[in-house]
Amino acid sequence: MNFANAFTPERLQEAWDCLLNEFPFAIWETLYSTLLATFFAVLIGLPLGVILVTGEKKGVRPLPGPLMGFLNVMINFLRSVPFIILMVMIIPLTRVIAGTSLGTVASIVPLTVASFPFIARLVESSLREVNPNIIETAQSMGASPMQIVFHVMLPESVPSLITNITLAITTIMGYTAMSGAVGGGGLGKLALAYGYQRYRYAVLYLAVIVLVVITQVIQSFGTWLARKCDKRLKNQ
Amino acid sequence: MIELRNLSKHFETMDGSVDALRQINLTIRDGDIYGIIGMSGAGKSTLVRCINMLERPTEGSVLVNGKDMGSMSQKELRAMRRKITMIFQGFNLLMQRTCLKNVMLPLKLSGVDSKQAEQKAMELLELVGLPDKANSYPAQLSGGQQQRVAIARALATEPDVLLCDEATSALDPKTTHAILELIRDINEKLGITVIVITHQMSVVQEVCNRVAILENGQVVEEGSVAEVFSNPRANATRNLIYPESADGGSVFPEGGQRVRVIFNGAVASREPLIARMAIDCGILASILGASTRSVGDRAYGYMLLDIPGTPETLAKAVSYLSATPDITVQVEAEYVAKEVAP
Repeated sequence: MNFANAFTPERLQEAWDCLLNEFPFAIWETLYSTLLATFFAVLIGLPLGVILVTGEKKGVRPLPGPLMGFLNVMINFLRSVPFIILMVMIIPLTRVIAGTSLGTVASIVPLTVASFPFIARLVESSLREVNPNIIETAQSMGASPMQIVFHVMLPESVPSLITNITLAITTIMGYTAMSGAVGGGGLGKLALAYGYQRYRYAVLYLAVIVLVVITQVIQSFGTWLARKCDKRLKNQ
Repeated sequence: MIELRNLSKHFETMDGSVDALRQINLTIRDGDIYGIIGMSGAGKSTLVRCINMLERPTEGSVLVNGKDMGSMSQKELRAMRRKITMIFQGFNLLMQRTCLKNVMLPLKLSGVDSKQAEQKAMELLELVGLPDKANSYPAQLSGGQQQRVAIARALATEPDVLLCDEATSALDPKTTHAILELIRDINEKLGITVIVITHQMSVVQEVCNRVAILENGQVVEEGSVAEVFSNPRANATRNLIYPESADGGSVFPEGGQRVRVIFNGAVASREPLIARMAIDCGILASILGASTRSVGDRAYGYMLLDIPGTPETLAKAVSYLSATPDITVQVEAEYVAKEVAP
């Protein structure tokens, strides 16, 4: 642990070489594992979030109480296990799905498992923002529960869904960094391998800076897109 | 025809149970503009939601053209709801969709293809006077314009009945007038039966031909608007017809004898009644308050008079005034006492 030696000209040169040679691929790994995991998590989490809202007692299509109870407990359980532990816990499942528990592709499995409950809750909160009077209006028009979901609830909550999914993407990107600890690739692994295991702090800081920049870009884009889509704002 | 038979609705809430509706019996004929009026909490909104089964009545039945709404399957009910559409106080448009898409929504829900739906929606936007707003979003429209779009949307499935739940309560008087005119137009041109839920007597006066007064979940008075206005029997009705503000109530000096003179038609309102009473009987009444309005094509209103002198003078004034056609006289002291009693 010697910070003074971490930023000597040789170390900085080494970091620079690393930036040119290893960063591009690490950035690519981070991005695709983040985006693929988000994609799969939305695939599971979005319908789950819809069910959480429509299936409750006062929802548009009430489901049996025990089923709703089970879903809520499962989501809360998965949400409360720290990601790094969850990753280890579900290694057998990862093996079944990805064929291996190591590597960037394999890390998408725990990333998805950890994020879909989170996304389900985000979707739930977005859908709950929809004005209940508009849902009642759709019912008064003779809309079926499915039609209410697809013609009213989802379209009305698009800006909020975009905001929340942006939040999810940045969070999942944070998880990918942790997945470096158990064989996942990307900037997180790079930072750990150089900074933690070999005391190459210059590389670690560089990786952090790149992560911050990517997060900023994603967040700004998400915020911009959500505002652009929101027709409640006047003068557009 | 819509028939409500012994309709009751019971809610279980945290603070115990509430009887929102009690044994409601009403018949609404085809082509009526039927007003259901009451103070807030009287059960109006629950009543209107029972008609299209957004609220399930606890007891009793709703018959639409003889068919029991309560015993329909979900699918039948959904089909029926396309024929009994609804507009709301809050307009309830989809905020993320253009006006055109909003009007198209019920058509899309019933499986009409996009092209036909769009054509129909454009026609309806023209009918409500907003063809140029087709591609605007609701947030860019005024309240009155939003309600027009909501009306166009409600008409998309060519309903037989239009339910208006406080549809003008969020609008200013001028806009209210314009929307009511549109509703009357729709009733006349398209022959749609309209049920108007409101807490404003002026709304009933302006468009309705029949009215039911709801108080604490019960119908306390029912009849043609002219009838109910000329001779309001229930206290709740009087409260609605003669709002506190017009009387001033307690601002008048204590004591004195007050008489409420109710005009039941246009002829009475043109008579120089008070001046004639002064000449004929020598009673110098002072006018404490007055309000006249037109209902349908006849004028109605009331005047609150202070009659000086002894109880005999009062009796004389009452009999004199009562002798005039189309006039009802109430001695106000009794009326006030009745109001205070509960």
